[in-house]
Amino acid sequence: MPFDFSKIDTGNTAWVLASAALVLLMTPGLAFFYGGMVRVKNVLGMLMQNYVAIGIVSVLWVLVAYSLAFGKSGFGGFAGDLHQFGLGHMGEQVAGYQGPLAQTIPPLVFVAFQLMFAVITPALITGATADRLKFGAYCVFIAVWLVLVYAPIAHWVFSPEGWLFQRGAEDFAGGTVVHANAGAAGLAVALILGKRLGWKKDPMRPHNLPFTLLGAGLLWFGWFGFNAGSALGANNLAGYAFVNTNTATAAAMLGWILVEKLRDGKPTTLGAASGAVAGLVAITPAAGFVSPMGSIALGFIAGALCSLAVLLKYKLGYDDALDVVGVHLVGGVAGALLIGFFGTKTVGGANGLFYGGGAHLLGIQAEAVGAAVGYSFVATLIIAKVIDLVMGLRITTDQEREGMDLVLHGETAYEMGGTGGGTFAGTHGAPGSVAITQHSTAGV
Amino acid sequence: MKLVTAVIKPFKLEDVKSALEAFGVHGLTVGEVSGYGRQKGHTEVYRGAEYTVDFVPKIRLDVVVSDGDAADVVDVIVKAAATGQIGDGKVWTTPVDDMVRVRTGERGPDAL
Repeated sequence: MPFDFSKIDTGNTAWVLASAALVLLMTPGLAFFYGGMVRVKNVLGMLMQNYVAIGIVSVLWVLVAYSLAFGKSGFGGFAGDLHQFGLGHMGEQVAGYQGPLAQTIPPLVFVAFQLMFAVITPALITGATADRLKFGAYCVFIAVWLVLVYAPIAHWVFSPEGWLFQRGAEDFAGGTVVHANAGAAGLAVALILGKRLGWKKDPMRPHNLPFTLLGAGLLWFGWFGFNAGSALGANNLAGYAFVNTNTATAAAMLGWILVEKLRDGKPTTLGAASGAVAGLVAITPAAGFVSPMGSIALGFIAGALCSLAVLLKYKLGYDDALDVVGVHLVGGVAGALLIGFFGTKTVGGANGLFYGGGAHLLGIQAEAVGAAVGYSFVATLIIAKVIDLVMGLRITTDQEREGMDLVLHGETAYEMGGTGGGTFAGTHGAPGSVAITQHSTAGV
Repeated sequence: MKLVTAVIKPFKLEDVKSALEAFGVHGLTVGEVSGYGRQKGHTEVYRGAEYTVDFVPKIRLDVVVSDGDAADVVDVIVKAAATGQIGDGKVWTTPVDDMVRVRTGERGPDAL
């Protein structure tokens, strides 16, 4: 159906374009949030995985992934059809967005906004797999994962054509599609990869907590685009999403450091940053469905819950290095389910248990998040296992000891004091350039 | 000549430097080092996981002085670096065979 370009609202369009740029900034923010937490030998490896996600996903989004996520239902409802392959047919309305859902922004602006969600979702996984995932295998993994896992789940939940959307599942900005999905996938890849060398034995302290806090700040800032932008308009709903996002994040930060104070004796900066991110994750599905008062409760619960959930890995024995499970899976699932309690029609969506809506919404939320998490976990296990068999997913033991920065990228993150020594040895590839020792790149 | 080496608490560096200047020592080499003695390390907690940190940050300070001054310089450092708490560090001396001032080529005690 052709899109009615005369219905475009310039204010809405401007806000969604600005929001898309805000959401893009979240991926560099995530890179630094994670990068500060890894050991000094792996910080560039972590930053690189996050930045290259922007590269790979952006190209694939234009080619096929957008169409698979937001095209008219095809493949028996599994994903969108390929009608918008290569971003063709951008003069048509986005499938399913009609009647009360009719968009007032150009379809191409919607494409740009949704791209940024697709970028950060696979990037989130890198926290679980930190310090040991091969770069080439990672690139292949996120390409396959975007097409076979992200696009279908986005279709089911976000697209009005999707089966979970049509069941009435509520996911305002991606608690299920982005966070629970990435958390389940992170767990799956971490299981296939195995534990880091020396896990639960060697010190694996964060090497630069100021980076982690800076990253958390960028995430918090960018998240206003993520959630308030998901109103797809500059309107009252965006206002609710904005206020709820900030409120829940603040409450979650307080919840996390309160648990730390009681449990560990001291509130930590890492706890404050982690609590904020847990709150951002949990309010994501709920931002346009709960009241500001509800968001205080939701955020506080999520912050306290996630601060406890990050210890699960030590009990159960999986090495989710930077707690993608404890923060994104647990926070995403909690947020999705809490809508079933705190959802209120006065903001948007349906009433939850606490607002006289009974358990109906909670049931649908559980079904949606269960389907997404279950599919993501199983499909990711299979994808990771196949890539592992074909090309190997993990760097060698020697490479892991040496660190990803030097072994995978031939770089060192910090030059302190300038005592590294050495000489300039010419340039690569230029006519008449000096022959340069080729370092082994086997298995990289 | 004697090399006086001290490992002290980082926040005591300024006190030690001022005391040495007042005594008449006109040059000093310092570096950031890590180590432990009777103090042992400390513990840090990240997301509920506790790590022991064995090597704690210290400042190492080297100064070469004449044989006659060595014992006094050691006393000056010990006095300025002391807090009375565990982890205050250590000071020791080592004999020095020779010394050259790079700019002028002066040797031995003249290079001090």
